[in-house]
Amino acid sequence: MRRFVDRHPLWSVIIFAVVAVLLWMIFAVWPDWLTDAIGRKKVFLNALFNGITLGGLYFLVASGFTLIFGLMRNVNLAHGSLYLLGGYVGYLTADATGMWLLAFPAAFIVVGAFGVLLQIFVFRRMEGEDLRQTLVTIGISIVMADLMLWAWGGDFYNISPPEWLSGPMQTFFVTSVKRSGELVYMKYPMVRLVIFAASIVVGVGMWLLLNRTRIGMLIRAGVDDRDMLSATGARIQLVFVAVFAFGAGLAGVAGVVGGTFQSVAPGEDVRFLLASLVVVIVGGMGSIPGAALGALLIGLAEQFGSVYFPTYAVVLTFLIMVVVLAFRPQGLMGRN
Amino acid sequence: MALIENTPAAIDAVERRSLFERIPAAYWLVGFVLLVMPTFASPFVLFQIFGWTFILGIIALSLMFLGGYGGMVSLAQMTFAGSAGYMLAIFGPSAITDISMNWPWYIAIPLALALAVLFGTLTGWLAVRTAGIYTIMITLAIAAAFFYFTRQNYTIFNGFSGFNGVLPPKLFGVDWRGSTAFYYLTLFWATLCYFAVLYLSRSPFGLALQGVRDNQRRMSALGYNANAHRVAAYAFAALLAGIGGILLTWQSAQISPGTAGIGPAIDILVIAVIGGLRHPVGAFIGAFIYVILKTFALDALVAVGLSGERFQLLIGLGFLVIVFWSPDGILGLWAKWRDSRGKDPLRDRGGDTP
Repeated sequence: MRRFVDRHPLWSVIIFAVVAVLLWMIFAVWPDWLTDAIGRKKVFLNALFNGITLGGLYFLVASGFTLIFGLMRNVNLAHGSLYLLGGYVGYLTADATGMWLLAFPAAFIVVGAFGVLLQIFVFRRMEGEDLRQTLVTIGISIVMADLMLWAWGGDFYNISPPEWLSGPMQTFFVTSVKRSGELVYMKYPMVRLVIFAASIVVGVGMWLLLNRTRIGMLIRAGVDDRDMLSATGARIQLVFVAVFAFGAGLAGVAGVVGGTFQSVAPGEDVRFLLASLVVVIVGGMGSIPGAALGALLIGLAEQFGSVYFPTYAVVLTFLIMVVVLAFRPQGLMGRN
Repeated sequence: MALIENTPAAIDAVERRSLFERIPAAYWLVGFVLLVMPTFASPFVLFQIFGWTFILGIIALSLMFLGGYGGMVSLAQMTFAGSAGYMLAIFGPSAITDISMNWPWYIAIPLALALAVLFGTLTGWLAVRTAGIYTIMITLAIAAAFFYFTRQNYTIFNGFSGFNGVLPPKLFGVDWRGSTAFYYLTLFWATLCYFAVLYLSRSPFGLALQGVRDNQRRMSALGYNANAHRVAAYAFAALLAGIGGILLTWQSAQISPGTAGIGPAIDILVIAVIGGLRHPVGAFIGAFIYVILKTFALDALVAVGLSGERFQLLIGLGFLVIVFWSPDGILGLWAKWRDSRGKDPLRDRGGDTP
């Protein structure tokens, strides 16, 4: 932090100013001229919350992607298919047992096991052949997309959260003041906030796992120098399988979350693959904090875009990617 | 061996052979069959199978050029093709009269190609900042951005429905969408593009590009501007893709976001990889297989009791098998087979032994 301020004084001032303005816009009661300029505060706050929670979802998908890439240098373009598979498995579980919470472990285990199979039967056979791995994962995603379409058809499935999570929750953000002087507080769907909190927990847990445990040390060593690590006698293939299973499982969990937020349907795999690609490119390949930052940026851009410039919402996210690539090709948090 | 063959006398002997002799027999055969094709093939075969094969082949050829000689696998080739098609529809005539400017073809076509090249150059400039697998991701993201942009934008790109009624000009009084005329049109451009790529791959630029692919550092040390070569390769590939895109737009007489969507972008990669990235002819072989599958898979699938919708599964599985066992595609299989035939059973070695 200190080093960043020392090295980029101008950027620090700009970032500080932006954060200050944002905080003011979140907490203050908006004066009339601001409401006239960009609309009601409620809309703004909703877009902000939607953006942040969508960012949480993107983080869940992209962190597995970036973890796998960081360690094994393979771009798993079937990651979106893993997400969709998780969504379907979660839907089936929740539908059959009636327990929403059970959908998460089920999706994690099934998709994680699928990831283990992928790692053992596909990626291990072509280690170090980047392009071939990428092509094979494209092939796998085509086949999986069609198999899932075959099995579940083109319908939209929605995983409904349990009673105690549905419905809005009163937050402490003031959206407006009534004429009587009473403050109006914002209401927001409970389930999204809970899931967002859970994704923060996952993120922090991953950070702790990577930076404070022995397995994390192995993984970080593997990211830095794979050959040296295996030369020291670490069972690197086991680490690979574990990381792949974990990354795939996260994608599966994200599928359940996505199915609760929005819906499970064909085509979502490509959408979330692209989202995680953009998130990871923006944040920096192989970096977990980068994935978090990228996910937040992309989620916010998408939501604010769809509220304030609806026609070009999708393009906005790609514009961010282009700008980042042009000025910082390794990504915001990436290493050279 | 190699030393002896390269003596001046040997080179003179090669030079002295006439043009006729220097062209391999296979070229004459294939060329002759393709030229007389309209005499015995049905309009459907000419227009739908071969026209489409040549068009997809040209677009896949642009990917083959980038991937095979430049080492950059781009998923944005269909996007360049689509952008050329869109520009043609916008500047030239189409049924959407409030957007299309209806300019004559000699302005609209060069303008469309120039804009496609510009787009390709910009994409290349962005993509060469990273290497290898990143290129795939970035070009995929650009392809997706183009798809969504054209789908959302109604003022220029006419949104979801795109443009229809984009017809080729009636040049020399010929209806270029007639099956025979369209066949020769696509054949002409496919041949031109094929030989252009072949020529360019042996030119100083192409050799330098292959040098950059094999060892960028060494080429930079030799004084070549590696990134400039790569961007130039993108520009040329975008030109090829643009030609393919214009023909594609004429063939279906329409262009819409779905033409340049993510699915078609990946299809082009599938075509190029199935055919093989080693040699330009691979793009056309891949395109032919793809078109045959796409046209007849439906009937074949129904015949074995599956629903025709499983076409993607068939393509995906085929692609997986090829990538898994022969990374060089059909051409790789061909090379393997030729090597195994040339094997000396006593020494059990390939033909590459001295």
